[in-house]
Amino acid sequence: MKLIETLLNGLSIGSTYAMIALGYTMVYGIAKMLNFAHGDVIMVGGYMIFVTMSAIANPIIGLAAAVIFCLLLGITIEKIAYKPLRGASPLAVLITAIGVSYLLQSTAQMIFGSAPKMLILLDLGNLEFGGLKIPVYTLVTLGCSVVIMIALSLFVKYTKVGRAMIAVSEDKGAAQLMGINVNGIITLTFAIGSSLAAFAGFFMLLKSPSLTNTLGAMPGIKAFTAAVIGGIGSIPGAMVGGILIGVIEAISLTIPAIAPYTDAIEFLILIVILLVRPSGILGKKRREKV
Amino acid sequence: MSKIVFKTEKLGISFGGLKAVQNLNLEIKEKQLYGLVGPNGAGKTTVFNMITGVYKPTTGVFYLDDENLTGKSQETINHKGIARTFQNIRLFNNMTVIRNVLVGLHNQPEFNCGVVTSIFRLPRFFKTEKAMRERAKEILRVVGLEEERNNLSCNLPYGKQRKLEIARALATNPKLLCLDEPAAGMNPHETAELMDIIRSIRDKFNVTILLIEHDMKFVSGLCDEITVLNFGTVLAQGTPDVALNDPEVIKAYIGG
Amino acid sequence: MASNLKNIKWKHYVNYVVIAVLTVVFAVMSLTGSLSSSSIYMLEKIAIAIILSVSLSIVVGFLGELSLGHAGFMCVGAYLGGKASVLLEPIFGNDILCFVISIVVGGLVAALFGIVIGLPALRLRGDYLAIVTLAFGEIVRSVFMNSSRESFGGSLGLNTPRYDKNVLFIFAFVLLLICLAVTQNMIRSKHGRAITAIRDNEIAAKATGINVTKYKLIVFTISSFFAGIAGVLYSFSNYTVQSTKFSYNYSIEILVMVVLGGMGSINGAIISATLITFLDLKLQTILTGDLAVLQDLFYALILIILVIYNNAPALKGFREKYNFKTVLTKLKLKKAHGPGHVNDDEAKWDRVPTKINMDEVLSVDIQPTSHYTPDKPDKED
Repeated sequence: MKLIETLLNGLSIGSTYAMIALGYTMVYGIAKMLNFAHGDVIMVGGYMIFVTMSAIANPIIGLAAAVIFCLLLGITIEKIAYKPLRGASPLAVLITAIGVSYLLQSTAQMIFGSAPKMLILLDLGNLEFGGLKIPVYTLVTLGCSVVIMIALSLFVKYTKVGRAMIAVSEDKGAAQLMGINVNGIITLTFAIGSSLAAFAGFFMLLKSPSLTNTLGAMPGIKAFTAAVIGGIGSIPGAMVGGILIGVIEAISLTIPAIAPYTDAIEFLILIVILLVRPSGILGKKRREKV
Repeated sequence: MSKIVFKTEKLGISFGGLKAVQNLNLEIKEKQLYGLVGPNGAGKTTVFNMITGVYKPTTGVFYLDDENLTGKSQETINHKGIARTFQNIRLFNNMTVIRNVLVGLHNQPEFNCGVVTSIFRLPRFFKTEKAMRERAKEILRVVGLEEERNNLSCNLPYGKQRKLEIARALATNPKLLCLDEPAAGMNPHETAELMDIIRSIRDKFNVTILLIEHDMKFVSGLCDEITVLNFGTVLAQGTPDVALNDPEVIKAYIGG
Repeated sequence: MASNLKNIKWKHYVNYVVIAVLTVVFAVMSLTGSLSSSSIYMLEKIAIAIILSVSLSIVVGFLGELSLGHAGFMCVGAYLGGKASVLLEPIFGNDILCFVISIVVGGLVAALFGIVIGLPALRLRGDYLAIVTLAFGEIVRSVFMNSSRESFGGSLGLNTPRYDKNVLFIFAFVLLLICLAVTQNMIRSKHGRAITAIRDNEIAAKATGINVTKYKLIVFTISSFFAGIAGVLYSFSNYTVQSTKFSYNYSIEILVMVVLGGMGSINGAIISATLITFLDLKLQTILTGDLAVLQDLFYALILIILVIYNNAPALKGFREKYNFKTVLTKLKLKKAHGPGHVNDDEAKWDRVPTKINMDEVLSVDIQPTSHYTPDKPDKED
């Protein structure tokens, strides 16, 4: 019984990670950069829900507002901070992304202070049958994320824009020669990734109602771990990796002896995966051209 | 008469199902100027990548001075005596010309100077620095870049960048020097000059040269022997006159 | 010997001289009692920050790899050096021998970690290496955080012996001078050339016979060694080591110092570390509560603007026209040398450019084959 509860919990944490990992993986696949600030977009989404909810106490409107705001934020960040650096060294881009992450965190702290904000979105209660106690939010999280991921996969596979995204991720130069608006595709990728981050923020607040300016930092890094484990650039990989990390986290948290080391264990897995199979479980190997 | 310096036996590589190069047998004699020609995509650069350790050959072996170097790392192969230049120039752009050559001299035993010696600035450090500088200038003089030695390498014109790449490769004191399209992007005047330079390099440094080139005049004017590749297989081998007049070769180039 | 002396470029020794003179001045002031305890504290912090930023700068600025685990190595040094000191205190008392041994222990253990993590991790490049080092730092912190009360103090932290504050910072400055000497001498040698060659073009460096793994490992080890030493100094300066200090935010703070100082500039790293630490401590008293975050906001903005300014391909022309150097030469009304023309003769072997150009290694080459000439064989005899 306990195991099933733990697994379900793991699935719900994992699907949240998967949602964030999708943002990382898409941006990495297409813009070839690690968007370090992605985790902090989650936090911005959280605060946006908080602000909206204090005016209109409806979580759905809150979520909608957060999605729109994060989408615009993602586009703005891309245009201002990353676009000028296209073609510059990856190191420079990464450092800028770190700067953006810092900027978002400190701006949020300026506006909202460092004390955590409490925000109870919805009390969905628990579902009980046969001695099994399942919090409803885990089911909601799981259900929503599965739907979103399927929709995204279909979008990338079957629409013209989605195929253009694949083309850009394969070869920017060639895609440009084929008449694809590469800059537009990159912007779109950031927009999609950031709105997914808003969803992730919503799910995280559903789970625990405390909101601080570092809400997204740790989950962001863990989700990156998930993206790498699944194979960076691969959408199904992000889902697999996210769920794997989530389940590991849930199991590890229930064992008292290793519970304090949960983060360390996840990072250790990341290191091992990167060393043993840097292309991840579902990723493709890339050959350098000389 | 003269001995064979470099030899490949049934060298081949495939990427997935694509056989990029197969069954390549080369025999290059000491101080020879050997040409590797063929249409685009024939696998010439892939051959270079194999014999310099960038790719591991899937079949076959290659020897330098009867030592099997197949599957060794790029560094080891370079230490053993194969140096190369790149088709799309790869210089250390942020460095001055002389520094580029100095990096090439890094592994020469006569300029051995450990990290600790350098950190403690023992007398040996100053001695080797000075000697390396002299040697670098000498090499630059041969390729005609001595005057440019303190310019940043990225500010050099294209032709000079190619020469600098050759100088850097030479600095590693190779037995076999592999030049990937050395005359690409040069004007006829520069090309003619380059031919002289390559000959003088061979004589001064006692080096065997293997080169890839598209310019047939360049190849037939310079090389003692050539191999024509097409789709990864050897079409013809021999002196330029013989090989380039081979009916198979003409067919590959003109089509039909 | 005379020729050796002639070869020495005195310009290279300016930073040693400046720091040494300052050390002597402050030492005299401190021993005569005319230095307030807050200034002494600041001097300690500045020395630690400089050691950290110089040691990180050889990885980021010269080798061109990003490490986000510098605080992790510092953490290892702080705990192990601090512990060594605690254990040695009953034997030696808190005198110089105990201090030196602790410093060496902290540095060596951190260097060992540098090798252990570096050996496999340095096969990775760019973003992946950054994330692995970040993960390493977090693992180390988590291990010390959850250690038992007796071993490393757990979440309460490890208390370290108290050394004489009036002298401690002088030792910190001496260590700083040693750190400078080691890093600069290495960078300004053939090994430094090999390291910058790897940064400029790894593929070409390999083809030129440079042992890339060896050099990456050397740089990584030296860098973590000094990070460890900085950690030990930190533990002595605060009397206690708290694992929360060494989160990746601190690694990023050190990175900010390196980037602000200019990649590949040791003097820049020294100056920016000094300035940032000075401002940090001064502003701490002015900006209290949530206002303290203004400072982070400011750093973040500077970081973004500076990196974009220095690296954006579109601003290349602008940079070449208005960079610091050309403005300076114009002010001095020197005889004009064309841009990029380096006037110095070959003796200036340490010339290390401050900007890192586009790294072709990571991106897939998209440039078309330089010329497509389906030329037919020339049959003229």
